[in-house]
Amino acid sequence: MICNEINVFMRTIKHKHPLAIRWAHWINFPVLTIMIWSGMLIYWADPEYSITISGHTFVRFFPGWFYTFFNIPHRLAEGMAFHFLFMWFFAINGFLYVLYTVFTGEWRQLVPGRHSFKEAWLVLLHDLHIRKTLPPQDKYNAVQRIIYTSIIGMGLGSLITGLAIYKPVQFHWLTWLCGGYYLARVEHFILTIGYVLFFVIHIIQVILGGWNNFSSVITGFEIVDNKSVSIIKVEHEDEKPNE
Amino acid sequence: MKNLMNKNNMEELSDKKINRRRFVSFATFLGLSGIAYGGWRWLYNSPAEISGITAGAKKPLRRALNQTELIVRKTYSNDHLVKTYPVSKAAKKVRVNSTIGMNDKNFKAGDWLLTVHKTNEAPLQVTLEDIMALPKTEIVYDFKCVEGWDQIQHWGGVKFSDFIKHYQLEDQAKLQYVGFATPDKKYYVGVDMPAAMHPQTLLAYEVNAKPLPLEHGLPLRLIIPVKYGIKNLKRIGSISFSDQRPPDYWADRGYDYYSGL
Repeated sequence: MICNEINVFMRTIKHKHPLAIRWAHWINFPVLTIMIWSGMLIYWADPEYSITISGHTFVRFFPGWFYTFFNIPHRLAEGMAFHFLFMWFFAINGFLYVLYTVFTGEWRQLVPGRHSFKEAWLVLLHDLHIRKTLPPQDKYNAVQRIIYTSIIGMGLGSLITGLAIYKPVQFHWLTWLCGGYYLARVEHFILTIGYVLFFVIHIIQVILGGWNNFSSVITGFEIVDNKSVSIIKVEHEDEKPNE
Repeated sequence: MKNLMNKNNMEELSDKKINRRRFVSFATFLGLSGIAYGGWRWLYNSPAEISGITAGAKKPLRRALNQTELIVRKTYSNDHLVKTYPVSKAAKKVRVNSTIGMNDKNFKAGDWLLTVHKTNEAPLQVTLEDIMALPKTEIVYDFKCVEGWDQIQHWGGVKFSDFIKHYQLEDQAKLQYVGFATPDKKYYVGVDMPAAMHPQTLLAYEVNAKPLPLEHGLPLRLIIPVKYGIKNLKRIGSISFSDQRPPDYWADRGYDYYSGL
């Protein structure tokens, strides 16, 4: 038996995102994209929404160039066929995600607490470079808690408003809950706009968060200290014949 | 060597192990992304279905539509009624979206006869007077177009189920589908029997308490509130019964056959 001193670089990693949550996240991304795209193919057939205040139209959903750019016109049937297939994946994936967070207790990290709304304000001020310090951060900060819980609420909202439009007679109580067929369609549309806004902010935050943060959504872990330590290893010679 | 610090989900690892884990994760991620993308390209570029009763959809998407129909049909009940409104809510100007099947310039409403094709029996010919002599039913409900718009409309006519009863077509109504076609056969729809026999399904001859104008299907049209507008055929020329899906104009063009609400 001999003693060797080897430099082994040890780092501390933090297990951040469980596998199930990473799966749910990366399944949801393309599925939601397809839902939004096929939803656009459907919406085009009756594109009546705009933001109009006292006769002045600020935003029209959507201008002609938008439809041309994304090759949307005259694809209603195709849009419906895609939408009514991928709705299953969207719903099942969301359902499994919620089930997972409930049964593992992960929801405690995700649902806003009593102080979240006050803290969220401080986080916002910090992110806008108005305030220097951050409130003590947990796995998810207050803003993240509010947003990540809202987005699940929005998913449920899309499911409910979607069913209210899809089968307004069989699920008439859902349609009633949404304030009727017409409003259910408006709400379904607004939620979609909400996802797009979420996506834009999410991407900005991911870029600002840096590589280590981004890669943790793929690997599950994040490196928390970069100190390398030199340790003494005691090994049998026959285990390391080429040493 | 493994020094787990479970309290905060911390773990101490060598660089080598970290790199290996990272490699495995990224390789898996990229591999699965590739498979997912490939799957999407396969679906997106999949060939159109073989043209039959339905046509115009990609083959796997048509299968998905048909499978989804089987699931959503389980939620269907003839006890689920469409919401109705007071007559005052009905639109005065009823939207016209299509005149397919009604472009025959020589059509004369006065000569019109409804032909009911029965299996293994001579067809039945019915005049508008015959139909108007049956008990009248009115409905004010929210008409829904597959395009996305809806409008509260007021229709009057004979319940399809009353029509079946009066002409003793109960045996025919045991079959699974009803087919409707315009006299020129250029527009045609197939409806599953439960939806046809729904208590709010009408053979309508009035809109806003007046005879149907030409563009709304003079003299008789289908009003079937549990389906999208595409199934609400105008100017009915013939009715037939079958256990097979009858031809359907929009199912021929990529739309869901069922199109139920």
